[in-house]
Amino acid sequence: MKKFLVAFTAMLVAAPSGHAAERIKIGFASTLSGPSASLGVDIRDAFMLAIKMNGGKLGGLPAEVLIGDDQFKPEVGRQLAEKFVKLDKVDFLTGFVFSNIMLASVPIAFENKVIYVSSNAAPSPLAGKQCNPYFFAVSWPNDAYHEAAGEHATQKGYKSAYLIAPNYQAGKDSLAGFKRFYKGRIAAEVYTNLGQLDYSAELAQVRAAKPDALYIFLPGGMGINFIKQFGAAGLARDIQLITPGFSSDQDIIRPVGEAMLGISDTAHWALDLDNAANRKFVAAFEQEYKRLPSLFASQGYDAALLIDAAVRALNGKLDDPEATRRALRAAKFDSVRGAFKFNRNQYPIQNYYLRVVAKDAQGRLVNKTVGTVFRDHGDAYVQNCAMN
Amino acid sequence: MSWVLLFEQSLNGLQFGLMLFLLAAGLTLVFGIMDMINLAHGSLYMLGAFFAAALVEATGSFLAGVLLAVPATALAGMMLERALLRRLYARDHLSQVLATFALILVLNETVRIVWGSDRPLALPAALSGPVELLSGLFYPSYRLLIIAVGLAVALLLHLLVGYTRLGMWVRAGAANREMALAMGVNIGTLFTAVFGIGAALCAVAGALLAPLLAVQVGMGENILIVAFVVIVIGGIGSIRGAFVGALLVGAVDTMGRTLLPIALGAFLPPQFASAAGPALASVAIYVLMAGVLFFKPQGLFPARA
Repeated sequence: MKKFLVAFTAMLVAAPSGHAAERIKIGFASTLSGPSASLGVDIRDAFMLAIKMNGGKLGGLPAEVLIGDDQFKPEVGRQLAEKFVKLDKVDFLTGFVFSNIMLASVPIAFENKVIYVSSNAAPSPLAGKQCNPYFFAVSWPNDAYHEAAGEHATQKGYKSAYLIAPNYQAGKDSLAGFKRFYKGRIAAEVYTNLGQLDYSAELAQVRAAKPDALYIFLPGGMGINFIKQFGAAGLARDIQLITPGFSSDQDIIRPVGEAMLGISDTAHWALDLDNAANRKFVAAFEQEYKRLPSLFASQGYDAALLIDAAVRALNGKLDDPEATRRALRAAKFDSVRGAFKFNRNQYPIQNYYLRVVAKDAQGRLVNKTVGTVFRDHGDAYVQNCAMN
Repeated sequence: MSWVLLFEQSLNGLQFGLMLFLLAAGLTLVFGIMDMINLAHGSLYMLGAFFAAALVEATGSFLAGVLLAVPATALAGMMLERALLRRLYARDHLSQVLATFALILVLNETVRIVWGSDRPLALPAALSGPVELLSGLFYPSYRLLIIAVGLAVALLLHLLVGYTRLGMWVRAGAANREMALAMGVNIGTLFTAVFGIGAALCAVAGALLAPLLAVQVGMGENILIVAFVVIVIGGIGSIRGAFVGALLVGAVDTMGRTLLPIALGAFLPPQFASAAGPALASVAIYVLMAGVLFFKPQGLFPARA
């Protein structure tokens, strides 16, 4: 018996490489509780929907998804990543919403040659100098929406723009992204408290400054507060409010309501993008979850499609990280955003669209695509990336 | 900065201060009379906002929804007091903080299960735009309503505490609990009533602010910290202190956000001014608190003389 056990173990250890795995294991860690939960929940729901529509498989292998809640805490995210990578030996890691949590958590995956497929956070450090072979962003570079908003404001000929963001690093980065492509005059650049509730003082100053356009980067509840108060102040008649796509998406439209009408925003995806994959996704998501998908949902769905395509191309052989990486870079899948390819830093090159909040045929508030701001747009950091 | 803008900012400060007062009044009474630190006070504010959002939708009328949200929240508050919080009065502050922090988590998840993580609530159409107060001064009409209601509630509370029997008990309880008990005040009923009043005031603030703020799970936690600053400045247990403290905090916060960057810009290079302005503005109310405590360690209007 003992002999048999030893032989059996030896057989397992020495299992020849190149055999197709029997199943694929995904570690999905995201923010699933607390005030910011709706983003992670949308990513998870869409990711699971894609697998369900695929008959419970990814790349032909039965998929097992381990789901964990990072509770909006970097240290919890790190523990989850460690468990998924070291204990559960997942084949891919994905899910994180917030850059700070993702950056704290994924090094453990990199060290163990597990690929992280980012379904949202795509911060500039990992695009440039610290670009990493085990990091793939299937979403959009953190700066991209702000750059597109700046470009849109330039194209539209707004003579002056007033900028508001919270007083922290991401706030400053966002306005820097806007200014990189905006050629008009900056009326003012105002930094507010993180988590601020009342914006009456800022709105009074905006009214006095009379800018053509107002660009805000106020994620989550801050944006909801601001847009509601912007509406109450009656400023929408004279000043065009522009936001990054995630500040005007379904998860913001729901709590704000009618005050959203007419807001312009920029994103790489929209509910009404006219391609077969997107129509199929939107219909399936609405049927499954009885709500409209947000752009976060579209990213979760695409993350699953990307993994599916790569694993299919590998014929289910998951034991060579380098081969997996090449397969991901070359993966061909019908992204719900339309044309999509990876840059050499494994960040996307894609189109960015201008959207306007309006009512659809059923009277619901949704984003309507009205134009293309950037075609095949990459990021500003790729030249610092030494990877090929 | 023009006079019109300065006047507008004063109104903004007043409006913010009055809403803070509604939150702080209940908090200071509970803290002052029951010697109870109730971190879940902000959750009652959240409940008020969610009740308002749900009831406005159910009744189809903004007025009816808001008016019903107040007794609904008061009732919820009194039930909480009867069922749970009164067991904590005799405990030390650490146990109270632990238990009421747990209550925040429980209430957050309960609200999420019942209503979801957020609810829409739009402004009533008649009050959705600005009005021209003076030539060139446009002010959101809804914020004017908030100021009016805030002042009316403050007056009502002043009359209630200053000129009724219940108010006398409340003042007696805040000044010296044991003595009030010895004089035959029914402390149990009084505590429940005080808690109900505190919850009702939270609901007024939550329901009134709901069209201007995000009605979402966790909305009570941010504002709770500012409410604590207010009652520490005003003096714990004092309604008048809460009123003065709230208006001070509202004014300092609003003016700090507007005037500090301009003032710094006058004698600092722009890149320093733009960095230091918002940073200083965000600590302005805490500097105010530290200053008040330095000169008056009991707050501006200590309830226990």
